[in-house]
Amino acid sequence: MSEQGQTTEAAPEEEAPQESRSRQVLREIAESSSMVVFMAIVASMLIGGVLIIFADEAVRDSAGYFFSRPSDTFSAIGDALGSAYSAMFNGAVLNLEAESFAATIKPFTQTLTMATPLIFAGLGLGLGFRAGLFNIGAQGQILMGATVGGYIGFAWDLPVGLHLLLAVLGCALGGALWGFIPGVLKAKRGAHEVIVTIMLNYVALYLVAWLLSLDAFQREGSDNPISPVVAETAQYPKILGVQFNLHLGFVVALLCAAGVWWLMERSTLGFRLRAVGANPSAARTAGMSIGAATIITMVIAGALAGLAGSAPVLGTQKFLTDSVAGSLGFDAITVALLGRSRPLGIVLAAILFGGLQASGPSLQVNAGLPVDIVVVIQALIVLFIAAPPLVRAMFRLPAPAHEKEVAA
Amino acid sequence: MKLELRGITKRFGDFTANDRIDLLVEPGTVHALLGENGAGKSTLMNVLFGLYDADEGEVLLDDAPVVFAGPGDAMNAGIGMVHQHFMLVHPFTVAENVMLGHEDVRGPAKLLDLDAARAKVREISDRFNFNVDPDAVIEDLPVGAQQRVEIIKALSRDASILILDEPTAVLTPQETDELLGIVKDLSAAGTSVVLITHKLREVQAVADTITVIRRGKVVGSAEPTASQEELASLMVGRAVSMLVDKAPAEPGATMLTVEGLTVVDEAEIVQLDGVSFEVRAGEILAIAGVQGNGQTELTEALIGVVNADAGRAVLDGEVITGKSIKDVLHSGIGFVPEDRTEDGIVATMTIANNLILDVHDKEPYAKGLALQPKVIADEARKHVEQFDVRATSIEQTAGSLSGGNQQKVVLARELSRPLKLLIASNPTRGLDVGSIEFVHKRIVAERDAGAAVIIVSAELDEVVALADRIAVMYHGRIVGIVPPETDRDTLGLMMAGAHQEEVA
Repeated sequence: MSEQGQTTEAAPEEEAPQESRSRQVLREIAESSSMVVFMAIVASMLIGGVLIIFADEAVRDSAGYFFSRPSDTFSAIGDALGSAYSAMFNGAVLNLEAESFAATIKPFTQTLTMATPLIFAGLGLGLGFRAGLFNIGAQGQILMGATVGGYIGFAWDLPVGLHLLLAVLGCALGGALWGFIPGVLKAKRGAHEVIVTIMLNYVALYLVAWLLSLDAFQREGSDNPISPVVAETAQYPKILGVQFNLHLGFVVALLCAAGVWWLMERSTLGFRLRAVGANPSAARTAGMSIGAATIITMVIAGALAGLAGSAPVLGTQKFLTDSVAGSLGFDAITVALLGRSRPLGIVLAAILFGGLQASGPSLQVNAGLPVDIVVVIQALIVLFIAAPPLVRAMFRLPAPAHEKEVAA
Repeated sequence: MKLELRGITKRFGDFTANDRIDLLVEPGTVHALLGENGAGKSTLMNVLFGLYDADEGEVLLDDAPVVFAGPGDAMNAGIGMVHQHFMLVHPFTVAENVMLGHEDVRGPAKLLDLDAARAKVREISDRFNFNVDPDAVIEDLPVGAQQRVEIIKALSRDASILILDEPTAVLTPQETDELLGIVKDLSAAGTSVVLITHKLREVQAVADTITVIRRGKVVGSAEPTASQEELASLMVGRAVSMLVDKAPAEPGATMLTVEGLTVVDEAEIVQLDGVSFEVRAGEILAIAGVQGNGQTELTEALIGVVNADAGRAVLDGEVITGKSIKDVLHSGIGFVPEDRTEDGIVATMTIANNLILDVHDKEPYAKGLALQPKVIADEARKHVEQFDVRATSIEQTAGSLSGGNQQKVVLARELSRPLKLLIASNPTRGLDVGSIEFVHKRIVAERDAGAAVIIVSAELDEVVALADRIAVMYHGRIVGIVPPETDRDTLGLMMAGAHQEEVA
């Protein structure tokens, strides 16, 4: 029992409320301390370091004669780690070897560009997590957003400003529709959102593939499933000039983060979503509608994920393919978890992941390491976040109060 | 086998769930452990079963002291337990469930010997007429049959003492009768049975000895020949002083009229059966009765948490049945739910947020879509002070408060709106004496301010102390509405189903 004696009076006879497994996981994630998150990143980098050592050719060569000249192995390890981490730094933060100022800061702008769709989609997923919904459907929502927004971008002819605005809204609308379907199915018929959203990912993927086989979507004079390039009037303007890829979408993403913060912390709607997420039966007894909260959450989450589709289709790639979403929808789950479902956390986590991804090419070219190391580090971060007791044991962090109580 | 518990005491923090409990179960008898929910019956059995360590006292089997480190030890010693919530693997067959944890194997490859398990199930099933097919899959079986599988499980491990924890809570009346028959057969065959329940009829039907537990203490024992009202009054408490300082009621106009309200649950069992009554402004109607006689359904149907299948409720000229919970609350009803941790508070949200759960979108807490954090905090501070919530800060989570303080948060929230009707369900369950007094005072104050009040309580003391009129419920019906001066024997009889006229 904890010192506060929080359950001393009611606990003994009452059955502990039966919390569903997924809800419990969500709650733990939402409550995981920032210390655990930070340590998870450190632990992943350390293990990533071990992998780098093993992946490095010079290390392996020198290890062959380790017992005659161990110092060679150690210096090779030092070199490998040094070049790997400096390659990552040069690729994701600042390129210290560059000649011009622009080239020096280019890696960081690239990181922010990569982070943009992750911020959008991470915000959507985090919102769902806090409202108690395990939305796995960001991938499909991103695709549908990119499709609607992309179509408006390349098929319509509108004046500057209005065109971009409508294309961006189109992205949000496409995603919102794809979020509404699982939301309404859950609210009205109790269909589990995990299953429905996973399935809708496939529906979205093949729907886009089919659309891209139609004349209306296909690029003129091409048989490939590729759309025409989005009109310039519908493209996100580059905000730091043409030599950088960073586009207005990043600013929109930050505005959305601020908006989501306001929604969750300062609005009546967000209050309801949080209450429903934390204890649906108390929320219901206080007169809140669980069904309405579910639908609204999924629509907003879908719209945000749809906006993630605007980053490639209106910002970087500028045309629609069925692979336009890459693995964004799944990376965004990690980002939302890493950011503890809070907007600021999600922005920071997205920038971290953007950085990891941006560092990939540099890692390969300058350190001769496989790009996959980055993916492994990302995966390790997830693994550690999902197992807070492991991280706490590794770094001897104290357990939070509520877990002690469960153990007692 | 003879089972004896001596002076068992179990504390959770500063709450004593079991206070020096003595219990003697003679071989081959049925011993009923009778008490309201929360009286400490399940805690006692969990101590016996090795799930909790007792702080004091000892367990003796055939006069030899034993210590169980866990359920495994208890089972090996010959004690079997059938939990209220069955511990069965649903996609497995009966035989597989029975062998689970004690799998018989054969041959060098140690293959499962399902035939042995099947034979065991068949043998026990035939001996007691259980009519259970060893190859049936659990999820296809009705609840009553699942329970018999649990009993087979215990017997297959040579249990000579069988503990049944609220076994009839999930059964239909027919299944209940079957179970009671089984219990008799078991004891005739030499197995001792401990029956944990709060249902008087069952106790009278099968028990050889009855021990009544109340608020963690043994308050008496009775012979099965004891009348139901004797048992009921033992269970809900004798006339101890629970005085509430209140002036005589000055009832005004009729505030709530309930007409033929009926609730049928998912299992097609009628939980609330055509209930009609009226409550006037400025009076407290207390609903008495042994738990599980429709009180919960009545409050939930009034609030709209469950839908009424027939009948209606009219609040101040306005029909409230069929409205959304939100509309019902905003038409002027305050609701203190029975299970405060489940329905009353959101444990992970702050005290300030919990105080506005049902009014968060109303002025002055919100303007349009925007919450007003300053107003919310100011009001929260005011309420915390008024209701004497012991907390370090209004930003503390509600879950970190003690039960009494959580209940004060719920009350502060519900009483801070202008109310026409307050419905409070077991408002003081699990609270310490100081908090009880406080809660009672606030409820009376609400009445004096002109609200109609409905109190549901399993504690007769509380009912008598608060009520201006007492409605007694039995089997989903109101058997009579009587004045608070009614003597306890009469109330006890009514709780056991006798009608007011029959009593008088």
